[in-house]
Amino acid sequence: MSSTVLERYQQLAARAEALRQQAAAQYRVQIQVGSATCEHAAGSQVVYEEFRKHIAASGRPDIRLHRTGCTGRCSREPIVSVIMPNSLPVKYQQVDRELVHQIFTTHIMEGRPLLEHILDGPVESIARYELLCCQSERCQEFLRQIWGPNPGAYLKERGIPSQQARATLASCFGACAISETPTTAHVIVRPDKVLYRLRTKEDLDEVLDKHIGKGEIVKRLLVPGKTVGRKFLELYGDVAFFNRQTRVALRHNGIVDPTRIDDYFHYRGFEALATVLNRKDPQWVIQQVSRSKLRGRGGAGYPTGTKWQAAASSKERVRYLICNADEGDPGAFMDRGMLESDPFNVIEGMIIGAFGIGAHQGFVYIRAEYPLAIERVENAIAQCREWGLLGQDILGSGFDFDIEIRLGAGAFVCGEETALIHSIEGQRGQPRVRPPYPTEVGLWGKPTVINNVETFANITAIINYGPDWFARVGSERSGGTKVFALAGKVRHTGLVEVPIGTTLRDIVFQIGGGMPEGREFKAVQTGGPAGGCIPASMLDLPVDFDTLVRAGSIMGSGGMIVLDDSDCMVDIAKYFMQFSFDESCGKCTPCREGTKRMLEILERITGGQGTFQDLERLERLARLVKKSSLCGLGRAAPNPILSTLQHFREEYAAHVVDRRCPAKKCVALIQYVIDPEKCVGCTVCAKNCPAVCITGARREPHLIDQPRCVKCGRCFEVCRFNAVLKL
Amino acid sequence: MNTEPSVQSMDNWPEVEATARQVLGQKICQHIEQARQLKRPESHLIAILHKVQAEFGYLAPAHLDAVAQLLQVPVATVSGVASFYHYFRLHPRGKFMINICLGTACYVKGADRVAQKLMDELGIQLGETTKDGLFSLEGCRCLGMCGLAPVLTVDGDVRAEVTPDRVASLLEEYVRKGKA
Ligand SMILES: Cc1cc2nc3c(=O)[nH]c(=O)nc-3n(C[C@H](O)[C@H](O)[C@H](O)COP(=O)(O)O)c2cc1C
Ligand code: SF4
Ligand code: SF4
Ligand code: SF4
Ligand code: FES
Ligand code: FES
Repeated sequence: MSSTVLERYQQLAARAEALRQQAAAQYRVQIQVGSATCEHAAGSQVVYEEFRKHIAASGRPDIRLHRTGCTGRCSREPIVSVIMPNSLPVKYQQVDRELVHQIFTTHIMEGRPLLEHILDGPVESIARYELLCCQSERCQEFLRQIWGPNPGAYLKERGIPSQQARATLASCFGACAISETPTTAHVIVRPDKVLYRLRTKEDLDEVLDKHIGKGEIVKRLLVPGKTVGRKFLELYGDVAFFNRQTRVALRHNGIVDPTRIDDYFHYRGFEALATVLNRKDPQWVIQQVSRSKLRGRGGAGYPTGTKWQAAASSKERVRYLICNADEGDPGAFMDRGMLESDPFNVIEGMIIGAFGIGAHQGFVYIRAEYPLAIERVENAIAQCREWGLLGQDILGSGFDFDIEIRLGAGAFVCGEETALIHSIEGQRGQPRVRPPYPTEVGLWGKPTVINNVETFANITAIINYGPDWFARVGSERSGGTKVFALAGKVRHTGLVEVPIGTTLRDIVFQIGGGMPEGREFKAVQTGGPAGGCIPASMLDLPVDFDTLVRAGSIMGSGGMIVLDDSDCMVDIAKYFMQFSFDESCGKCTPCREGTKRMLEILERITGGQGTFQDLERLERLARLVKKSSLCGLGRAAPNPILSTLQHFREEYAAHVVDRRCPAKKCVALIQYVIDPEKCVGCTVCAKNCPAVCITGARREPHLIDQPRCVKCGRCFEVCRFNAVLKL
Repeated sequence: MNTEPSVQSMDNWPEVEATARQVLGQKICQHIEQARQLKRPESHLIAILHKVQAEFGYLAPAHLDAVAQLLQVPVATVSGVASFYHYFRLHPRGKFMINICLGTACYVKGADRVAQKLMDELGIQLGETTKDGLFSLEGCRCLGMCGLAPVLTVDGDVRAEVTPDRVASLLEEYVRKGKA
């Protein structure tokens, strides 16, 4: 009996592989074009179409063009990968119509990659091989022992020219999950998709001689089994932005075709589900999840295994499972990334969760502002039904489960679980008092488990690669990785996934590349409107649920905005308070009135009317609202104020005492004046001033009539002689 | 099919139904009928309102009334839901819909100044439509393109890295389109 599930799974996997082969076998060249909301915005649809035309015109039958999701490298999109036999995959950045033509004629037809357009390039040359060396904790030390301090230098020492091979450092490949001993170092050889485990210097030399030198694979050093993240690194391993990350939830983003179930199968799709259903033991699932130390990624960090156990233990037979894809944090897009780029993975995680808690109906609650994500999830659900992976008797296991989509309608509070339940029921999305928690009394009064998209995205990895490995990736109290949407005043913006416990410094400076030229780091905002600002002095803080709370912020769902010296902390607090005030559902007084009062005080302070008493009043009010609000929105709304008061009190003081905004952001507290020394009297500012308050004869220093100036900053922007000063 | 409408006076139901059907059009009526076959029809209210808005651009009182009748839920519930969620528009929209992202990443890169410029140029506030019916202006939160901040969309077309300076010419472009 028990083998039927696995047999069914293998049949499906074989069918998928056959389909995929059919689609891919006759091709020698693959072109992958990123396709997601952000990619489309950057113009990837035009790029796709242009490639299609070029391929058609060339008449070549051996070129395959297909779409992948988004890797999360926002500022470099559209991204295009060109994969040719026996050479390293080449990724191009910021591709447009013109560049498509060049790529096609020069690279694809003539075999000469365009080095100056390579992602995060330019590079000088592309080597035949690339040795990707794991430099994470467990491999690092041993790596140094056998490689010496600099792998690149060692290659040279061995007489390997740089056109032949290059060495790159990367983060954990997950190969250490298989071997427990820290006396190994792991190396991936690209483009041959080979992963070696090295134990001695001789091992390394053998790889260099045989594989790099003669193209022979050293079989005895191969790592058996499959490892997480490897497929991702095979394609993107040379890009610093990616190879310093540890991709678990995002491990297939940018490599799998998000619209095709057969492609998903190729990346171990539904293997975890087959394992689970084959065991026929829901408790086993919950144990695995508990052991992995997975904590909810929606913000609060509640242990997922414990939540599932609560629902599974209920006496009620009817239970529901909900995926929270409302993603309301106004500076974040991790969940959109996963849903658009690897939707099947989230759905597989949901099916496993449903089996664990004994639910037969699930919902994805997704915000209406994400049309492409909705489309991809709908498509994924439909294909799963077709393939018998949703519906009745899934994989012949006797387990039934199906998923419906419900749309949000632009209310941040609906991300809160009780409000979300009301919204799915078709009501106004207002929260209610907890307890009872949804795991006891949830949707239509039945036990309901609600988890975030990213939480579900981790489930398949936990089952496939083992809970102990997952637990080890993270910190002591919290397993795995966290995805952040890194944005703001940082060089490289986009989706960043790192082990929990990584320091802020590593995220902002290593992966994010630090501040743009001439700007000074000031703070990182995490947790959106429910979080706070962490100052430069705390950059070495390991990012974890508990550490961030201690620093006055929260982990939140993953928004991470870097702020620089031109950002005013009072203004940032005001920005979030405006948000919370707009989004307060109005059900309870502390939040409804409190957010309004706090906003008024902040407006007074930034408006130059604040007093010292205002600071005290603000702090008192913030604590009160935090204590007495009904739901998480109100209870967290004061956090941006409290954390900025804690870490940047002197900046508040400058506003109320000196009537000065140190960041020169608060309009009421700045002045534009013309420096008579620098002004050449070109009259440009006067012509542009909407208030007509700049006077002066041509070739004479100009003057601003301060009372009439509306401080629009126009003169400051247009003066080409830097004669207008912002004070 | 539900043959027993819960309207107080049975007599005028055919009329009420006919009006409602006329207001919403066949496509949406079909959706409502489908929902009524399912287990909890009222839980599809938000989805139906999305469809109505997609069809008509906004939710007029007559639409809300008709949905209430056909779905057999109180009008108060329908209008309560419609007014609660920001995504639902209760007034007609302009020919072009400008959505400016006021998400955190865009804000710190100066989206507030772009928004101010738009309001000044158009002479309306966020959430309003110009008198000539050409533009509606709305603020939204994170469009998921923070890397390209500040971002705005006009009828779904994305404009990245907008500055206050570029607002006027952008609007002109659409004024011309509107005339063409
Ligand atoms: C105001 C408010 C907004 C929230 N928004 C979201 C959201 O957009 N996405 C999300 O997954 N969780 C959100 N949450 C947290 C959820 O209530 C809930 O804790 C979470 O979905 C549970 O999933 P997890 O255990 O996997 O984190 C929000 C909470 C509050 C109070
Ligand atoms: S805390 Fe705010 S959002 Fe939550 S129930 Fe009260 S008023 Fe509504
Ligand atoms: S634009 Fe600058 S240089 Fe020209 S008149 Fe104004 S302040 Fe003077
Ligand atoms: S800030 Fe604006 S109003 Fe004031 S002087 Fe400059 S251009 Fe004129
Ligand atoms: S630490 Fe090297 S593979 Fe994990
Ligand atoms: S904050 Fe504007 S796109 Fe994200």
